[in-house]
Amino acid sequence: MRAVGDETATGYTQGKGKNAANISSREIKSKLFKGLFIGATGFSLIVLLVLLIRIFTQGIGFLSWDFLTSFPSRRPADAGIYSAFIGTIWMMAVTAPVSFVLGVGTAIYLEEYAPKNRFTGLIQMNISNLAGVPSIVFGLLGLTIFVRELSLGRSVLAGGFTMALLILPIIVVASQEAIRSVPAELKEASYGMGATKWQTTYRIVLPAALPGILTGNILALSRAIGETAPLIMIGALTYVAFLPEHLLSQFTVMPIQIFNWTSRPQEEFHFVAASGIILLLVMLLVMNSIAVWIRNKFQKRL
Amino acid sequence: MLANTKSEPVVEETNEDKAVDMNKNVYKVDQLNLWYGKDQALINVDMDIPENQVTAIIGPSGCGKSTFIKTLNRMTEMIPIVKTNGSIYYRDENIFDKKYKVEQLRTKVGMVFQKPNPFPKSIYENVVYGPKIHGIKDKKILDDIVEKSLKGAALWDEVKDRLKENAFGLSGGQQQRLCIARCLAVEPDVILMDEPTSALDPISTLKIEELVQELKKDYSIVIVTHNMQQAGRISDKTAFFLNGEIIEYDDTSTIFSSPQDKRTEDYISGRFG
Repeated sequence: MRAVGDETATGYTQGKGKNAANISSREIKSKLFKGLFIGATGFSLIVLLVLLIRIFTQGIGFLSWDFLTSFPSRRPADAGIYSAFIGTIWMMAVTAPVSFVLGVGTAIYLEEYAPKNRFTGLIQMNISNLAGVPSIVFGLLGLTIFVRELSLGRSVLAGGFTMALLILPIIVVASQEAIRSVPAELKEASYGMGATKWQTTYRIVLPAALPGILTGNILALSRAIGETAPLIMIGALTYVAFLPEHLLSQFTVMPIQIFNWTSRPQEEFHFVAASGIILLLVMLLVMNSIAVWIRNKFQKRL
Repeated sequence: MLANTKSEPVVEETNEDKAVDMNKNVYKVDQLNLWYGKDQALINVDMDIPENQVTAIIGPSGCGKSTFIKTLNRMTEMIPIVKTNGSIYYRDENIFDKKYKVEQLRTKVGMVFQKPNPFPKSIYENVVYGPKIHGIKDKKILDDIVEKSLKGAALWDEVKDRLKENAFGLSGGQQQRLCIARCLAVEPDVILMDEPTSALDPISTLKIEELVQELKKDYSIVIVTHNMQQAGRISDKTAFFLNGEIIEYDDTSTIFSSPQDKRTEDYISGRFG
């Protein structure tokens, strides 16, 4: 017993000396990595900052009430984003309810009703994969199904449906996570009183999961607002001097209008584009803030 | 108003029905076997559960006592891999029968869980949850149910002035009594309690134990407990489970004074478990 104790004691002291000698080199390494990580963060911050400064210095001059309420024009000084801004709102009015109903419905089915077997596992995997499919592929899908097969034309409806499909996987996954995080004890309590599955889902699961579901929906919609590719694919117009009057009207949206301006040769149009970008950024910021606000508000209450 | 006159007599009727007959059984469990996948958790369980008495189920961890109580209101079905055979008769009807509606069973057989699990709603909304899902909408009837249920769970005096406050503001013991009140609001026949005091401090535990004594006048109670003294204090009958089997089931006084089986004796005298 004693011998063993002695041995470990000496081993320990020897080790200690060695470790002490080692400490400075380990500290240097630690500092090195800290610097590396700060550098990585700093780099992306600087890039973002440069981008913002450039856009603001270019665009702020053209940003005015007239810019918001004017139709696009051949003269940069008269050009406005009115039709694209309203077009975006029209499209969202289609995309938001369609994607909410389909997405949350799918999430409820997969989490609460579907048996956990290989088939639902396959569905689950495909939904996750769909979230990674390039948006232009969804554009092709929209072109084939909505524009041609269902003959909706290059309409608000076709654009809204295509966007809804694009963000559906994000909404499904976010809603599933929100539903899954509802404590099992609450569901047990409800079932234990003779509630049916739908009563439990409607009265217990959905209210508890709603903040998470809403947050996911808003973030997905803010992605849809910035998407260009699928709409170019289905042929949304780039120069629209009228407002959509109904769901089958032709339309344009803000990112397409911005893209159109930047591709013009006159430099002033690039400044007009920058103003459009500022407006788009503000919209995104507002939507994301609402998402954060909802999350915080409900988290506190629980 | 019509609904009111309809619901009131039902309460009294059931109370009268339950009055005396000590030999009547609410449950008759017949050769019950249960598997989690390939692991058998309950083996040939036979058990009659008497009306208006407290039946305690004791045994070491993993002996199947929680699983057993959860088969009584078919909560085990929520786990997909569970398979059962044998039969459980509740009031002479086999609850595993295909035609038997599980919602109907759980309306008659309430459950109180190990961890207090109030809904993230007001105290009032917690109590009326059950009546509401069964279709009662009249505000006056709901108010009456809330008062009656909270009084039944010995919580009324503590919360009557803050019924609209969130239930999460209550202490653990109060939350558990709220869960009992929530269960009483559905006017069940049997109350299953799965270690209802294991997450509570001694004073809250004492209150729940007193409450159980009070409740057995109107309800039949099955309680799982890992606390043998508790079983001794509050139950009329005790079943000792070990490795999925009932080793001994008898009057509580007999189990604790002169157990027939060596293993029961070892367990209650604290030699294992």
